[in-house]
Amino acid sequence: MREARARGEAAGPFDETGGADPRPQYDLIRGWLADTPAEMVALKRREAELLFRRIGITFAVYTAGGDPERLIPFDIIPRVLDRAEWRHLSAGLIQRVRALNAFIGDVYNTREILRAGKVPETLILHNEAFHAEMQGFTPAQGVYTHIAGIDLVRVAANEFYVLEDNCRTPSGVSYMLENREAMMRLFPDLCARHRIAPVSHYPEELRAMLCSVAPPNCDREPVVALLTPGSYNSAYYEHSFLADEMGIELVEGADLVVDDNIAYMRTTEGPRRIDVLYRRIDDEYLDPLTFRPDSTLGTPGLFNAYRAGNLTLANAVGAGIADDKSVYRFVPEMIRFYFGEEPILKNVPTYCCAEREDLAYVLHNLHELVVKETRGSGGYGMLVGPQASASERATFAAKLKARPDDYIAQPTLALSTCPTFVESGIAPRHVDLRPFVLSGKEIHIVPGGLTRVALREGSLVVNSSQGGGTKDTWVLED
Amino acid sequence: MLSRTADSLYWLARYIERAENIARIVQVGHRMASTAGSLGSPGNEWHSTLVAAGCEPGFYAKHGEARTTAVIDYLVRDPDNPSSILSCFETARRNARAVRTALTADMWDALNETWLRARDIRPDAFTPERVSDFLDWVKERSLLFNGAYANTMLRNDAYYFTRLGTFLERADNTARILDVKYHVLLPQDEGVGGAIDYSQWQAILRSVSALRSYHWVYHDRLQPWLIAELLILRREMPRSLISCFEQVTYYLDLVASDYGGKRGECHRLAGEMHARLRYGQIAKIMQSGLHEFLTEHIDRSMVLGNAIGTLYLDY
Repeated sequence: MREARARGEAAGPFDETGGADPRPQYDLIRGWLADTPAEMVALKRREAELLFRRIGITFAVYTAGGDPERLIPFDIIPRVLDRAEWRHLSAGLIQRVRALNAFIGDVYNTREILRAGKVPETLILHNEAFHAEMQGFTPAQGVYTHIAGIDLVRVAANEFYVLEDNCRTPSGVSYMLENREAMMRLFPDLCARHRIAPVSHYPEELRAMLCSVAPPNCDREPVVALLTPGSYNSAYYEHSFLADEMGIELVEGADLVVDDNIAYMRTTEGPRRIDVLYRRIDDEYLDPLTFRPDSTLGTPGLFNAYRAGNLTLANAVGAGIADDKSVYRFVPEMIRFYFGEEPILKNVPTYCCAEREDLAYVLHNLHELVVKETRGSGGYGMLVGPQASASERATFAAKLKARPDDYIAQPTLALSTCPTFVESGIAPRHVDLRPFVLSGKEIHIVPGGLTRVALREGSLVVNSSQGGGTKDTWVLED
Repeated sequence: MLSRTADSLYWLARYIERAENIARIVQVGHRMASTAGSLGSPGNEWHSTLVAAGCEPGFYAKHGEARTTAVIDYLVRDPDNPSSILSCFETARRNARAVRTALTADMWDALNETWLRARDIRPDAFTPERVSDFLDWVKERSLLFNGAYANTMLRNDAYYFTRLGTFLERADNTARILDVKYHVLLPQDEGVGGAIDYSQWQAILRSVSALRSYHWVYHDRLQPWLIAELLILRREMPRSLISCFEQVTYYLDLVASDYGGKRGECHRLAGEMHARLRYGQIAKIMQSGLHEFLTEHIDRSMVLGNAIGTLYLDY
């Protein structure tokens, strides 16, 4: 634990382009940036903004004031991975997601990993993300997290860490796709000079995966639909985009009706049966009969249709037990426990504030740690120790002491940087990477993922709700 | 398709058509009002414009008198008026956004761009002196949207419901525009057929882009009953009631045959309204009262809209 932290501090942030020691996969981009006049670049950046605004790729932000349909800033300098790097990541991601799925299936059934004492029982059974309703039920193909977004960060040439697993309803894949479209439209020559692994088949892969997990009793071509909370949801653009690309209906809770444990959508020709629902609504809002009774987003009876085996929900109810921030530190143990393999991708050392020893360490070293709420997401409610003022740290320390169970802490990693356009020109900014892992009958990953970039100088928070932007991510073929 | 999707497409088309028609109605009012002074009319053109737009109750709840600036602002910009042009664009885009997957990229572009640009228009664009440019732009945007969907949508039920929205709204508006004339007063010493009467009829024809068509069809000076015939009973006139109802019955039939032949009250009602136009005679209509005929048409259209909702759209 302490070793990783020390290394992160000693070395400056890793430059994706290699900096003084140029990495070959950025050669053409370096040349392109040097040869392209500044006015041309400025023009292209404005074009990119117009393009995104016109297509309507916007992101609603949950704060008052300003434009409610905001654009996520798109940076035109791509982030590049070579084949070897991707092969390594890809193998690690597949291994990790297989373990996450095995773990979820286990805790809702025989609980072997708990009985073996590898993961504390109370941590799971008393966790808010644990849904007792799922016990003794195995969904089609035994898959729980059909679409997983695994957030990776890099600190050195060959050193990637998993920052967090997103096993519920990870978003952002539409930006991955649209960023590539934008790059090909704005810079066809630059794209043509590289052999970039394509990503545009993602919707097809997604659809095929969803069909592969149809309930066993479905004896025709499965009817698949995407369930959205509606057009006021921050990710609504993505929902409509994916439904459109897959050629499936985009439904809201009110469009569905459950009769005799079978789910139907209301159509102009009367009710039509649904087999697979790619739902982008949280567990708690899915079905007012089983979960929050005040939810108007879901459909009464949906969960019973699911448990009766007449409908597949992707992702499964209760999959969140695997991406809880307090469960995160056990993922390497899951990989060893279920497969007897060593994890290919590393975990960030994590201090669990619920444990007295760890809490003491965290309180003492707050100035060099990142502290996160176990249930938080979107970059809200976290403390970046080295960047916080003394009084901010003091306030946070008080919160920690009051509710230690709610927090974990990790060393502040020196996230790698990638050259990015900012007010003053091109400057290094910290990036992460979210690949999307599709698990159905088989596991597929479209090469690359979404690169998020923290646009503020020195910032380590890449979330779009916190002023982050995105970049196209290139995986180069050999 | 999802009932909600069909419903949104139907209303989306209606609101774009309504924006265009409000623009046309304001143009008639504007033209009548600006020629009125020189011809000595009693000057209630703006009141009749409000009546034609179906907006007079809302307007008088807010304003005392139908003055030029207030009426234009209420019909064009006012967010409190659900039928103002800007409100129509807002509602159309909200519907579009809720069913984006059912729209082609060209439809979305046309709508989204309209909405984005309408948001950025400065308030002085709506003053009586400058509003004509804006109204022309509104018509252009509506033509663009109609062209976009007519040329890019798959010919399936989604398209049929969009068409139904367009034509029901268009028929409704043609009836309303024609009815403006009923509400405009003529001075006591000037009867039917005088200079004011003539210029008012001319304005009505212009507003539905039919002044030249009139001359091509009738080779005659403007006669009220011929104008009424053109806008109600002539099939070659694309905005006439009969043309719109040909389309309405046609698309309702297509929907029914797509859905295995199942028909409902909306089919019966649309057929009845179409037959009344098809076998109607202008002399009889004028005899029993043009205004009464148009009012009844507008009321029945509303019943028809509800019947379509009951069979297909309510969810």
